[in-house]
Amino acid sequence: MFKIPISFIYLPTPININYMWNFGSMLGMFLMIQIISGLFLSMHYCPNINLAFMSISQIMKDINSGWLIRLIHMNGASFYFLLIYIHISRNLFYYSFKLIHVWMIGSMILFLSMATAFLGYVLPWGQMSFWGAMVITNLLSALPYIGQMMVEWIWGGFSINNSTLNRFFSFHFILPFIILMMVFIHLMTLHISGSSNPIHSKSNIYKIIFHQYFSIKDLITIMMIMLIFMLINLQNPYMLSDPDNFKMANPMITPSHIKPEWYFLFAYSILRSIPNKLGGVIMLFMSIFILFLLPLMNNNKMKNIKFYPLNQFLFWMFINIFIMLTWLGGQMIEYPFTNLNNIFTILYFNYFIFSFMLNNLFDSLMKNY
Amino acid sequence: MAASLGRVCKFGLLKSNYGTLFNQQVHNFSTTNQWSKGRKVLLACLGVTAGGISALIYALDQSVKAFDQVAHPPNYKWDFYGMFSSLDHRSLRRGWEVYKNVCSACHSLDFLAFRHLVGVTHTEEEVKAIAAEYQVQDGPDDTGAYYMRPGKLSDPIPGPYPNEEAARAANNGAYPPDLTYIINANHNGENYVFSLLTGYCDPPAGITLREGQYFNPYFVNGALGMPQIIYNEVIEYADGTPATASQVAKDVVEFLMWASNADFDDRKRMTIKVIAFGVISLPLVIYWKRLKWTTVKNTKLLFTPRYKRQ
Repeated sequence: MFKIPISFIYLPTPININYMWNFGSMLGMFLMIQIISGLFLSMHYCPNINLAFMSISQIMKDINSGWLIRLIHMNGASFYFLLIYIHISRNLFYYSFKLIHVWMIGSMILFLSMATAFLGYVLPWGQMSFWGAMVITNLLSALPYIGQMMVEWIWGGFSINNSTLNRFFSFHFILPFIILMMVFIHLMTLHISGSSNPIHSKSNIYKIIFHQYFSIKDLITIMMIMLIFMLINLQNPYMLSDPDNFKMANPMITPSHIKPEWYFLFAYSILRSIPNKLGGVIMLFMSIFILFLLPLMNNNKMKNIKFYPLNQFLFWMFINIFIMLTWLGGQMIEYPFTNLNNIFTILYFNYFIFSFMLNNLFDSLMKNY
Repeated sequence: MAASLGRVCKFGLLKSNYGTLFNQQVHNFSTTNQWSKGRKVLLACLGVTAGGISALIYALDQSVKAFDQVAHPPNYKWDFYGMFSSLDHRSLRRGWEVYKNVCSACHSLDFLAFRHLVGVTHTEEEVKAIAAEYQVQDGPDDTGAYYMRPGKLSDPIPGPYPNEEAARAANNGAYPPDLTYIINANHNGENYVFSLLTGYCDPPAGITLREGQYFNPYFVNGALGMPQIIYNEVIEYADGTPATASQVAKDVVEFLMWASNADFDDRKRMTIKVIAFGVISLPLVIYWKRLKWTTVKNTKLLFTPRYKRQ
């Protein structure tokens, strides 16, 4: 019972980890922010298609500090994903996926977080909630033979209806606790070997205790991100959301431009770039599941990306490709965006193939020296 | 001499010199300290260039949005745009007058109740009087019948039509949308609604409108079911403000801005608290971190080969 707090205090931590190692603690904090603010929201939210939109409006206008809790929950999801993407990028850069158990659990957390965010986006029952749910649930209809049956099974009827909203709310409530449990497993597996470090040396010879050195270091970045987070919440809270979600869901009117929240846009681009429906769905899932393959694909001998200059270059290309895909996901389906979509989708998957090929190439070159 | 000068210039003014052994040790902790000056300059230039190109692409993308045939509203200098600026509550009060006397003939405010106006546009007594002007259905009474009574603070503001079908039937098939969230439900909402209200003009050559449609360049496809409704002196303000068309449009947009964002002023007030908290506590935490880490950062490591130890 007391082992976890004790491990946070006495955990031997590499002395040379830089600020990129702070994102885990920030993510932990945002997960807790989401769970606590979500708990308060669930006390006032009504998961009923006739009341959901009204109840959100009531939370915003009538509940004490309801607007603040709701804005924190809404934008907290965006920040959570922003941090999780940076966290994953850091792991790609520093080859931290060599801690294979930590990486696998982390990838599962990402997948579950995406599911949770999608379910949560349906709850306000705005236009984009409804039509987003329509698009994503219909992806399953691409499965041969059982597709349509599975879609109707998930809907609980022949269209997205009250039972869909009800079950989405239930799953949205329970999934964060599963994520929380997995976060603990993520940490437990991490603490078996301890954190990696920027130069990927065997750092057991020089470690210092976690508290107060790293707890205070984490506190700095937590405070910085909280300041930015609160300023966005208070100054421009809807900068990351879609105006269409201020219109109540109407199954008879399709919005002209359906798109998910910004953090799903890269996957949405990949989905849209494949002309075949089933192919698009497979690529959509592969864009996430390919992360599971990374530790298996990479067999590099040197544990530091500094020794792989082309890989560094490729990594930054990948970051740009990710940003471009995110931008493309929000554009109309027309020339030149459709063509760009195809190109960047190919480039996205190329990173995972070429990075390990370049690793091997450099390893074989270095063997002679 | 030259080496000493170089060392003084590079390190002497910036940090204490602990000798080459220690510097090497410190550098091993970090991945960037070992970079040569040329490499740092090169990377900085690359970063600035990449950032500049990205900013240029973004600016170009923003400036030439020509995907749809609709006029994009200009950005007006609203007085509530400032970081600490609240909504103009005199304007909100006039905006309610505009809504009540002009907009409410067709548009509802379904998500607002009379009580929301208290302390925002009117005093409690004034809102009670306003609510009492409306007839609201209540019931059932002891006999099971529904009856009409004057409105109370707790009642939602009654809309002009009982349901969407009635609204469509009365408006040539067009549905006047609910106005509560009209500002947030549109991109650049306040400028869009203002431009829409004041932007009616004759249709350009080649565009034919059906009966009951009016041309407005800011509306998608240009054909709008709502006629121009805001003119100079369309209403007479109780506070004597000249009711020019732009003043009326500005007041009603400001009122609708509040209807969409009832928390607007609270948010601005809390901004001050958050910034005050951050300005005080963040430097303290940074100082605390540097204080705690100073021992670690100044640790001197010495490697003694085994043969010297014996």
